[in-house]
Amino acid sequence: MTGAYTADEMMTVAAARQLHDGAVCFVGIGLPSTAANLARATHAPGVVLIYESGTLGAKPDRLPLSIGDGILADTADTVVSVPEVFNYWLQPGRIDVGFLSAAQIDRFANINTTVIGSDYRHPAVRLPGAGGAPEIAASCREVVVVLRQTVRTFVDRVDFVTSVGFGHGPGDRQRLGLTGAGPRVVITDLGILTPDPTTFELTLVSVHPGATPEQARAVTGWQLAVSPELAVTAPPSELELRVLRRLEATIGMM
Amino acid sequence: MGEIVSLTDGVAAVVHDGDTLVMEGFTHLIPFAAGHEIIRQGRRDLTLVRMTPDLVYDQMIGMGCAAKLIFSWGGNPGVGSLHRFRDAVENAWPSPLELEEHSHAGMANRYLAGASGLPFAVLRGYVGTDLPAQTDTIRPITCPFTGEVLTAVPSLTPDATIIHAQRADTRGNVQMWGIIGVQKEAVLAAKRSLITVEEIVERLEPQPQEVILPSFATSYVAVVPGGAHPSYAQGYSLRDNTFYTEWDAISRDRETFRRWMEANVLHGEPSA
Repeated sequence: MTGAYTADEMMTVAAARQLHDGAVCFVGIGLPSTAANLARATHAPGVVLIYESGTLGAKPDRLPLSIGDGILADTADTVVSVPEVFNYWLQPGRIDVGFLSAAQIDRFANINTTVIGSDYRHPAVRLPGAGGAPEIAASCREVVVVLRQTVRTFVDRVDFVTSVGFGHGPGDRQRLGLTGAGPRVVITDLGILTPDPTTFELTLVSVHPGATPEQARAVTGWQLAVSPELAVTAPPSELELRVLRRLEATIGMM
Repeated sequence: MGEIVSLTDGVAAVVHDGDTLVMEGFTHLIPFAAGHEIIRQGRRDLTLVRMTPDLVYDQMIGMGCAAKLIFSWGGNPGVGSLHRFRDAVENAWPSPLELEEHSHAGMANRYLAGASGLPFAVLRGYVGTDLPAQTDTIRPITCPFTGEVLTAVPSLTPDATIIHAQRADTRGNVQMWGIIGVQKEAVLAAKRSLITVEEIVERLEPQPQEVILPSFATSYVAVVPGGAHPSYAQGYSLRDNTFYTEWDAISRDRETFRRWMEANVLHGEPSA
């Protein structure tokens, strides 16, 4: 990194750029919420943020610490019950983009947020679990995943499939009857990956400034394919950085 | 019904050893004070049910109240792990904790079915995930009209549901607003219910997007100002984000946790 910004800042900015103005976006807390709010405060003022707490069209001017933060209800177009947000809004496919993070992701962009270790009953690490993610990954028109790329997070096969990406490869989403298109892009602190149109394997298509394909390969638990047209991500603009830092200074503030 | 009682009496009336107990509140209006009273009353072998078992269930699990947890997301929202929950699952401390794990959509529909008097709910969910292999209460079902294969989950009909709300009137009608979560369904699905409220008023002034639970649909109401702290009651209090952050350090170590519970819950006031 140049020292002007951190790898995490680059990741959040790159994730925010994935949201187009006017998109209806189902937002998880943490990295996705930061990125979605950065998008809304910069290039996508018309993005519609939906949190699983039932706040539709939330417009927070600071970052919520939790999905139940009062600022979300105070600024929402409407607040609905939890059964309603899942049954009426998510399940029928009314959401454009599902924005998720993960503890593990594999070559077919399947996501694990349940357990680390092969034995579900005796896990090495018990993670929080599914939350809204399985149905977000199934039913949103497309999914954007944001997570740091390390040997622990980028694995050949996730220990537990909490949310389905492309299953075991081509055709699996159709076979399973999943209505959304699945993960369109994965943003990390090293670069940007997209599923190969034929094999559906995550492929490195862009590296962030200062990062290299070798670095990405070294921390990826499978033979990571690199696009022949590998790009370099545009660094954060002065505006993106300024807004991001202002937002991050407000996490959990009242 | 909707009888106005003290917190102590209300908890004693609705929660017994071995019960299936729901305490809901989707990060807002979490009934912490009632959870603390259950700990003080020494309840054991509870099947705890909650979509997001956050700090209040971490405390109840760490104090040995629970034998089983039915849930969909067990973390400290925005902060990280629930250490007492993890210690119970990973190390069986203070006792083993059986898990019945769902997604949010599945849990919400289980409450909906319970409130509707139906044996199960249908949704598009779980397909392709590893959850059905671990959770017996997730099963495929074929639509009798189209032949499409969907997912069925059984209704939740708890022995008791406890929630916190903004206020009730003198006749025991309850009013809540803001992020309303799944509390209405959870109360209507239960055999017995207790609603703690910030205050009791003569007349309930209408609020935007309010939910009303008529007194005939509930068992008991108790006045517990601040009863949702460190979560919040919109219009009455703010979420204590600092405490959520501090809980990480308090709960990480068994002894630190025990000492904190001794000082702040076991010897705390029933109304605190």
